[in-house]
Amino acid sequence: MRWYWIDRFLEFESGRRAKAVKNVSLAEDHLHDHFPGYPVMPNPLVIEGLAQTGGLLVCEYNQFREKVVLAKVPKARFHCLATPGDTLTYTTTVDYIRRDGAMVTATSHIGDRLQAEMEIVFAHLDGELGQKTLFDPASLLQMMRILRGFEVGHAADGSPLRDPAWVGGEADPEQSGTT
Amino acid sequence: MPTKDEIFEKIRDALVEALGVDDDEVTPEATLVGDLGAESIDFLDIVFRLEKAFDIKIPRGELFPEDVLTNPEYVHDGRVTEAGLAELRSRMPFANLDEFAKNPIVQDFGSLLTVADMCRFIEGKLELTG
Repeated sequence: MRWYWIDRFLEFESGRRAKAVKNVSLAEDHLHDHFPGYPVMPNPLVIEGLAQTGGLLVCEYNQFREKVVLAKVPKARFHCLATPGDTLTYTTTVDYIRRDGAMVTATSHIGDRLQAEMEIVFAHLDGELGQKTLFDPASLLQMMRILRGFEVGHAADGSPLRDPAWVGGEADPEQSGTT
Repeated sequence: MPTKDEIFEKIRDALVEALGVDDDEVTPEATLVGDLGAESIDFLDIVFRLEKAFDIKIPRGELFPEDVLTNPEYVHDGRVTEAGLAELRSRMPFANLDEFAKNPIVQDFGSLLTVADMCRFIEGKLELTG
Protein backbone atom coordinates (compact mmCIF):
# COMPACT_ATOMS: atom_id res chain seq x y z
CA MET A 1 0.00 0.00 0.00
CA ARG A 2 1.54 3.29 -1.02
CA TRP A 3 -1.20 5.77 -0.33
CA TYR A 4 0.75 7.75 2.28
CA TRP A 5 -0.29 11.32 2.85
CA ILE A 6 1.78 11.82 5.98
CA ASP A 7 5.51 11.28 6.35
CA ARG A 8 6.22 10.79 10.02
CA PHE A 9 4.62 11.00 13.44
CA LEU A 10 6.03 13.67 15.76
CA GLU A 11 3.86 12.84 18.73
CA PHE A 12 1.45 10.05 19.54
CA GLU A 13 -0.50 9.84 22.77
CA SER A 14 -2.60 6.71 22.68
CA GLY A 15 -6.32 7.41 22.60
CA ARG A 16 -5.84 11.18 22.87
CA ARG A 17 -3.77 13.07 20.37
CA ALA A 18 -1.34 12.62 17.50
CA LYS A 19 0.84 14.97 15.47
CA ALA A 20 2.37 14.15 12.11
CA VAL A 21 4.12 15.99 9.29
CA LYS A 22 3.57 16.03 5.58
CA ASN A 23 6.25 17.52 3.35
CA VAL A 24 4.99 18.92 0.07
CA SER A 25 7.48 18.17 -2.69
CA LEU A 26 7.77 18.83 -6.41
CA ALA A 27 8.80 15.19 -6.65
CA GLU A 28 5.08 14.41 -6.23
CA ASP A 29 3.77 13.78 -9.71
CA HIS A 30 0.25 15.07 -9.29
CA LEU A 31 1.45 18.60 -8.44
CA HIS A 32 2.53 19.09 -12.02
CA ASP A 33 -1.05 18.64 -13.13
CA HIS A 34 -2.49 20.55 -10.17
CA PHE A 35 -1.96 22.90 -11.67
CA PRO A 36 0.41 23.18 -14.64
CA GLY A 37 2.82 25.98 -13.80
CA TYR A 38 1.10 26.56 -10.45
CA PRO A 39 1.64 23.60 -8.19
CA VAL A 40 -0.57 23.54 -5.08
CA MET A 41 -1.41 20.64 -2.81
CA PRO A 42 -5.01 19.53 -3.40
CA ASN A 43 -7.04 20.11 -0.25
CA PRO A 44 -8.71 16.67 -0.40
CA LEU A 45 -5.24 15.20 0.12
CA VAL A 46 -4.87 17.35 3.23
CA ILE A 47 -8.12 15.75 4.40
CA GLU A 48 -6.68 12.33 3.62
CA GLY A 49 -3.50 13.09 5.56
CA LEU A 50 -5.49 14.28 8.56
CA ALA A 51 -7.69 11.18 8.24
CA GLN A 52 -4.59 8.97 8.26
CA THR A 53 -3.19 10.74 11.31
CA GLY A 54 -6.51 10.47 13.15
CA GLY A 55 -7.35 7.04 11.79
CA LEU A 56 -4.12 5.50 13.05
CA LEU A 57 -4.68 7.16 16.41
CA VAL A 58 -8.12 5.57 16.61
CA CYS A 59 -6.94 2.24 15.26
CA GLU A 60 -4.04 1.98 17.72
CA TYR A 61 -6.46 2.39 20.61
CA ASN A 62 -7.80 -1.08 19.78
CA GLN A 63 -4.37 -2.49 18.94
CA PHE A 64 -5.05 -2.51 15.18
CA ARG A 65 -7.58 -5.29 15.49
CA GLU A 66 -10.37 -3.53 13.62
CA LYS A 67 -10.74 -1.88 10.27
CA VAL A 68 -11.04 1.87 10.71
CA VAL A 69 -12.31 3.77 7.69
CA LEU A 70 -12.96 7.41 6.96
CA ALA A 71 -16.73 7.79 7.00
CA LYS A 72 -17.65 11.45 7.12
CA VAL A 73 -16.21 14.96 7.28
CA PRO A 74 -18.97 16.96 9.02
CA LYS A 75 -17.16 20.23 8.55
CA ALA A 76 -13.91 21.40 7.00
CA ARG A 77 -12.47 24.84 6.49
CA PHE A 78 -9.37 25.77 4.52
CA HIS A 79 -7.62 29.08 5.12
CA CYS A 80 -4.82 28.87 2.57
CA LEU A 81 -3.22 26.49 0.10
CA ALA A 82 -0.06 24.45 0.71
CA THR A 83 2.72 24.73 -1.86
CA PRO A 84 5.96 22.84 -2.63
CA GLY A 85 8.53 23.30 0.13
CA ASP A 86 5.87 23.64 2.82
CA THR A 87 5.88 21.31 5.78
CA LEU A 88 2.35 20.70 7.02
CA THR A 89 1.95 19.77 10.66
CA TYR A 90 -1.21 17.78 11.25
CA THR A 91 -2.69 17.54 14.73
CA THR A 92 -5.64 15.30 15.55
CA THR A 93 -7.39 15.15 18.90
CA VAL A 94 -9.85 12.44 19.84
CA ASP A 95 -13.39 13.56 20.55
CA TYR A 96 -14.79 10.04 20.92
CA ILE A 97 -13.78 6.47 20.38
CA ARG A 98 -16.70 4.05 20.60
CA ARG A 99 -17.21 0.46 19.56
CA ASP A 100 -18.86 1.44 16.28
CA GLY A 101 -16.87 4.51 15.35
CA ALA A 102 -14.85 7.54 16.40
CA MET A 103 -14.50 11.26 15.79
CA VAL A 104 -11.45 13.52 15.85
CA THR A 105 -10.94 17.26 15.58
CA ALA A 106 -8.06 17.99 13.22
CA THR A 107 -5.90 20.95 12.20
CA SER A 108 -3.23 21.52 9.58
CA HIS A 109 -0.55 24.16 10.17
CA ILE A 110 2.21 25.62 8.03
CA GLY A 111 4.56 26.82 10.74
CA ASP A 112 2.33 28.80 13.07
CA ARG A 113 -0.22 29.54 10.41
CA LEU A 114 -3.48 27.59 10.50
CA GLN A 115 -3.99 26.10 7.06
CA ALA A 116 -7.09 23.95 7.66
CA GLU A 117 -9.39 22.70 10.41
CA MET A 118 -12.02 20.01 10.39
CA GLU A 119 -13.90 17.23 12.12
CA ILE A 120 -13.48 13.67 10.87
CA VAL A 121 -15.77 10.73 11.68
CA PHE A 122 -14.51 7.15 11.32
CA ALA A 123 -16.48 3.94 11.24
CA HIS A 124 -15.23 0.66 12.65
CA LEU A 125 -16.14 -2.14 10.32
CA ASP A 126 -17.25 -5.09 12.35
CA GLY A 127 -17.74 -8.69 11.39
CA GLU A 128 -20.71 -8.07 9.05
CA LEU A 129 -19.08 -5.64 6.66
CA GLY A 130 -15.61 -6.57 7.76
CA GLN A 131 -15.71 -10.01 6.17
CA LYS A 132 -15.02 -8.52 2.78
CA THR A 133 -11.35 -7.74 2.63
CA LEU A 134 -11.23 -4.05 1.83
CA PHE A 135 -7.83 -4.10 3.38
CA ASP A 136 -6.03 -6.08 6.00
CA PRO A 137 -5.79 -4.40 9.43
CA ALA A 138 -2.15 -5.49 9.37
CA SER A 139 -1.50 -2.90 6.68
CA LEU A 140 -2.45 -0.14 9.13
CA LEU A 141 -0.03 -1.57 11.64
CA GLN A 142 2.69 -1.60 9.00
CA MET A 143 1.89 2.02 8.16
CA MET A 144 2.21 2.95 11.83
CA ARG A 145 5.66 1.33 11.89
CA ILE A 146 6.87 3.09 8.76
CA LEU A 147 5.67 6.42 10.14
CA ARG A 148 7.66 5.70 13.31
CA GLY A 149 4.61 5.96 15.50
CA PHE A 150 5.96 3.44 17.98
CA GLU A 151 9.19 5.44 18.38
CA VAL A 152 7.43 8.56 19.60
CA GLY A 153 4.26 6.99 20.98
CA HIS A 154 3.08 6.91 24.57
CA ALA A 155 0.29 5.01 26.22
CA ALA A 156 -2.18 6.83 28.46
CA ASP A 157 -0.03 6.16 31.53
CA GLY A 158 3.04 7.68 29.88
CA SER A 159 4.81 4.40 29.24
CA PRO A 160 6.29 3.86 25.76
CA LEU A 161 3.84 2.57 23.20
CA ARG A 162 4.35 -1.09 22.35
CA ASP A 163 4.08 -2.57 18.90
CA PRO A 164 1.34 -5.19 19.29
CA ALA A 165 3.43 -7.73 17.37
CA TRP A 166 0.50 -10.08 17.05
CA VAL A 167 0.12 -9.27 13.38
CA GLY A 168 2.45 -10.92 10.88
CA GLY A 169 4.52 -12.41 13.62
CA GLU A 170 7.69 -10.67 12.51
CA ALA A 171 7.72 -7.71 14.92
CA ASP A 172 9.73 -8.24 18.06
CA PRO A 173 8.29 -6.03 20.83
CA GLU A 174 11.70 -5.79 22.44
CA GLN A 175 13.26 -4.29 19.33
CA SER A 176 10.57 -1.95 18.01
CA GLY A 177 8.84 0.87 19.81
CA THR A 178 11.61 1.52 22.29
CA THR A 179 13.02 4.89 23.28
CA MET B 1 -32.40 18.49 34.72
CA PRO B 2 -32.73 20.73 31.65
CA THR B 3 -36.13 22.03 30.49
CA LYS B 4 -37.86 20.68 27.38
CA ASP B 5 -36.84 23.83 25.50
CA GLU B 6 -33.21 23.41 26.52
CA ILE B 7 -33.31 19.78 25.43
CA PHE B 8 -34.79 20.75 22.07
CA GLU B 9 -32.15 23.43 21.53
CA LYS B 10 -29.29 21.07 22.27
CA ILE B 11 -30.75 18.46 19.94
CA ARG B 12 -31.23 21.10 17.29
CA ASP B 13 -27.60 22.20 17.61
CA ALA B 14 -26.42 18.59 17.34
CA LEU B 15 -28.49 18.04 14.19
CA VAL B 16 -27.32 21.30 12.62
CA GLU B 17 -23.70 20.27 13.20
CA ALA B 18 -24.12 16.69 12.10
CA LEU B 19 -26.39 17.21 9.10
CA GLY B 20 -25.42 20.67 7.93
CA VAL B 21 -29.04 21.88 7.94
CA ASP B 22 -30.20 25.32 8.99
CA ASP B 23 -31.61 26.04 12.47
CA ASP B 24 -35.08 26.71 11.16
CA GLU B 25 -35.27 23.40 9.30
CA VAL B 26 -35.14 21.53 12.60
CA THR B 27 -38.77 21.53 13.73
CA PRO B 28 -40.28 18.98 16.13
CA GLU B 29 -42.24 17.30 13.32
CA ALA B 30 -39.26 17.06 10.97
CA THR B 31 -38.16 13.49 10.21
CA LEU B 32 -34.45 12.89 10.42
CA VAL B 33 -34.22 10.89 7.21
CA GLY B 34 -36.96 12.40 5.05
CA ASP B 35 -36.85 16.08 5.99
CA LEU B 36 -33.31 16.52 7.29
CA GLY B 37 -31.55 14.14 4.92
CA ALA B 38 -29.84 11.96 7.53
CA GLU B 39 -28.06 8.85 6.26
CA SER B 40 -26.86 5.83 8.21
CA ILE B 41 -23.40 7.25 8.90
CA ASP B 42 -25.02 10.42 10.23
CA PHE B 43 -26.66 8.46 13.03
CA LEU B 44 -23.23 7.59 14.39
CA ASP B 45 -22.30 11.27 14.36
CA ILE B 46 -25.62 12.34 15.92
CA VAL B 47 -25.32 9.83 18.75
CA PHE B 48 -21.77 11.08 19.58
CA ARG B 49 -22.97 14.64 19.76
CA LEU B 50 -26.01 13.79 21.89
CA GLU B 51 -23.86 11.84 24.33
CA LYS B 52 -21.54 14.82 24.62
CA ALA B 53 -24.31 17.43 24.87
CA PHE B 54 -26.20 15.61 27.61
CA ASP B 55 -23.35 13.71 29.26
CA ILE B 56 -25.11 10.35 28.78
CA LYS B 57 -24.33 7.05 27.11
CA ILE B 58 -26.47 5.82 24.26
CA PRO B 59 -25.62 2.18 23.55
CA ARG B 60 -25.87 0.98 19.99
CA GLY B 61 -29.46 0.09 19.09
CA GLU B 62 -31.07 2.09 21.87
CA LEU B 63 -32.17 5.02 19.74
CA PHE B 64 -32.54 3.02 16.56
CA PRO B 65 -33.12 -0.72 17.14
CA GLU B 66 -31.43 -2.03 14.01
CA ASP B 67 -31.11 -5.47 15.61
CA VAL B 68 -34.92 -5.85 15.58
CA LEU B 69 -35.12 -4.79 11.94
CA THR B 70 -32.60 -7.40 10.88
CA ASN B 71 -33.95 -10.26 13.01
CA PRO B 72 -35.76 -13.01 11.03
CA GLU B 73 -38.01 -13.57 14.06
CA TYR B 74 -39.37 -10.08 13.66
CA VAL B 75 -39.24 -9.50 9.94
CA HIS B 76 -40.85 -11.55 7.12
CA ASP B 77 -40.70 -10.58 3.45
CA GLY B 78 -39.54 -7.09 4.21
CA ARG B 79 -42.37 -6.44 6.64
CA VAL B 80 -42.22 -6.27 10.42
CA THR B 81 -44.36 -8.93 12.14
CA GLU B 82 -46.74 -8.41 15.07
CA ALA B 83 -44.07 -9.72 17.39
CA GLY B 84 -41.61 -7.34 15.80
CA LEU B 85 -43.96 -4.39 16.25
CA ALA B 86 -44.47 -5.31 19.89
CA GLU B 87 -40.71 -5.45 20.37
CA LEU B 88 -40.24 -2.10 18.65
CA ARG B 89 -42.93 -0.49 20.80
CA SER B 90 -41.30 -1.71 23.98
CA ARG B 91 -37.85 -0.61 22.85
CA MET B 92 -39.00 2.77 21.59
CA PRO B 93 -41.58 4.20 24.02
CA PHE B 94 -40.55 7.66 22.84
CA ALA B 95 -41.77 7.08 19.27
CA ASN B 96 -45.28 6.82 17.85
CA LEU B 97 -45.40 3.70 15.70
CA ASP B 98 -49.11 3.76 14.80
CA GLU B 99 -48.61 5.11 11.30
CA PHE B 100 -45.79 2.67 10.64
CA ALA B 101 -47.88 -0.21 12.00
CA LYS B 102 -50.51 0.35 9.30
CA ASN B 103 -48.00 -0.69 6.64
CA PRO B 104 -44.87 -1.90 8.43
CA ILE B 105 -42.37 -2.11 5.60
CA VAL B 106 -38.85 -2.35 7.01
CA GLN B 107 -37.43 0.02 4.41
CA ASP B 108 -39.76 2.75 5.62
CA PHE B 109 -38.75 2.50 9.25
CA GLY B 110 -35.81 4.79 8.91
CA SER B 111 -38.04 7.64 7.81
CA LEU B 112 -40.09 7.35 10.97
CA LEU B 113 -37.98 9.09 13.55
CA THR B 114 -38.81 12.76 14.18
CA VAL B 115 -37.01 15.44 16.14
CA ALA B 116 -39.83 15.29 18.70
CA ASP B 117 -39.17 11.54 19.14
CA MET B 118 -35.55 12.33 19.89
CA CYS B 119 -36.58 14.94 22.46
CA ARG B 120 -38.76 12.37 24.21
CA PHE B 121 -35.94 9.84 24.05
CA ILE B 122 -33.51 12.25 25.71
CA GLU B 123 -36.07 13.28 28.32
CA GLY B 124 -36.57 9.63 29.19
CA LYS B 125 -32.82 9.02 29.50
CA LEU B 126 -32.28 12.07 31.67
CA GLU B 127 -35.10 11.08 34.01
CA LEU B 128 -33.54 7.65 34.45
CA THR B 129 -30.07 8.97 35.16
CA GLY B 130 -31.40 11.76 37.37
